[in-house]
Formats: sequence, structure tokens, C-alpha cells
Amino acid sequence: MLHTVNKSPFEKTTFESCLNHARPGDAVLLIEDGIYAAVKGTAVADRIAGLNGDLSLYALGPDLAARGIQETALCDGISVVDYGGFVDLVAEHDVTQTWL
Amino acid sequence: MAMEEEFSGSDVQKKFLYVNRRAPYGTIYALESLEVVLIGAAFDQDVSLAFFDDGVYQLVRDQDTSAIGMKNFSPTYRALGDYEVTRLYVEKESLDERGLSSDDLLEITYEDEDDDWAEKPSIRIVERSELTEIMAKQDVILSF
Repeated sequence: MLHTVNKSPFEKTTFESCLNHARPGDAVLLIEDGIYAAVKGTAVADRIAGLNGDLSLYALGPDLAARGIQETALCDGISVVDYGGFVDLVAEHDVTQTWL
Repeated sequence: MAMEEEFSGSDVQKKFLYVNRRAPYGTIYALESLEVVLIGAAFDQDVSLAFFDDGVYQLVRDQDTSAIGMKNFSPTYRALGDYEVTRLYVEKESLDERGLSSDDLLEITYEDEDDDWAEKPSIRIVERSELTEIMAKQDVILSF
């Protein structure tokens, strides 16, 4: 399953709830304000480190650039995709769950 | 009389604080706040801005919105000094929680008319306790 998260982890519990309900092998794509969860050195970065590779994590490049977040500022193990990559992820997974 | 004082206009100056707690682009709050600040600047009041929680993201440098089809309004913060909006309080704890420091923020300056128009930084990093005191001193707080 592919999960998308578009809310800041500092304002909503969406990201946390997504992680709590995702299964090993699932993919999580962070978009819009959701990309702030991908940044290393934050109060929620430990949550990503604790996943130990159970989930595949992605962040949408155009949303990073818009918010001035450099790819070098992201946690290890997060892949940056463009809109084409977003489409590929949706096509690769049977189901997409959109966390709002 | 109080009523005459109200209507005399320019000699009634209140302290206005605009509170910014939302990230840019995901919602319209940040842009709306900036628009209201610029409109309000015409009324010759004592205006300052506070950025905390996700609001600190509004001031992150090197924003490039070309690929998301939205206007990058971050350069506009640098024009606030021309509107005599010269105090942008940014909460240190909010920066820390987000892995940010003052180096990650826009360079925003104003020219101090009381100091031979010397160029000075508009952003002031303040601790949460200090921001609490700043809010307590206001006449009007507008929250976005």
C-alpha cells in the first residue's frame, strides 16, 4: 500500500497515525506540508530513525524546493521523487491511502 | 473626550502584534497574514510580527515555488522595513524543534531613522518566555 501524508507533523497527528497504521513493506510519500517530517534534527526525526527500514519513505521534490528545504537536510533513507515519481508510486501500488 | 480622541486618528497609536503559526503554501494563512500586515501598515500603528510553531517556516530562505505553481511570497518579508515594520520576533524553541537555526532564515533588514539610517536586522530570535511577555504588552493581537 502507498500512503500519502500532506500535513506538518508539528501541527497534526496525521504522520504519526499513518506510521502507526502502516504495515512493513508499505511506502509513505510525504507531500505539501508533510515534507517537514522528512527533515533531520527535528523533534520528530527519531520516529523515522526508529522505523529501521520497515517502510519505504519518499518526499516530493517540488514541495521541498518550495519550502526551502534542501535534500541534504533530509533524514537518511528518504528518497526524493518528482511528479513523475509520484505517478509511478501510485501505479506500483494496488491501493493508495491519502492521510489528510 | 474619548470619542473625539477615537476620531482624531493619527495621534491614537496602538500596539499591534500579528501572530504567525502556520507553514507557508499548505494553507492560505501565511499569505493572508502578510497581506493584512501590508494593508495595516498604512494606518501608522506600532506593528510587530511574531513567528512561532510552524510559522517559523515562513521565513526559511531559498524558497523556490516554480514547480508547485504557487507564488513565492517570501521575498515580500524583506520589504516590510520599507513599511516601518521592523520587528519580527522568531521563537527559538520553535526553530530548535524543527532543526532550524537563524542561519536558515531570510536576511531581513530595515534602516533605522533614529540612528542615521543604519541598516539593522529585523529578525529577533527570542525565547518562549520573552515572547510571552511581548504578547502581554499588546493592545491588539491578530492571529493567523
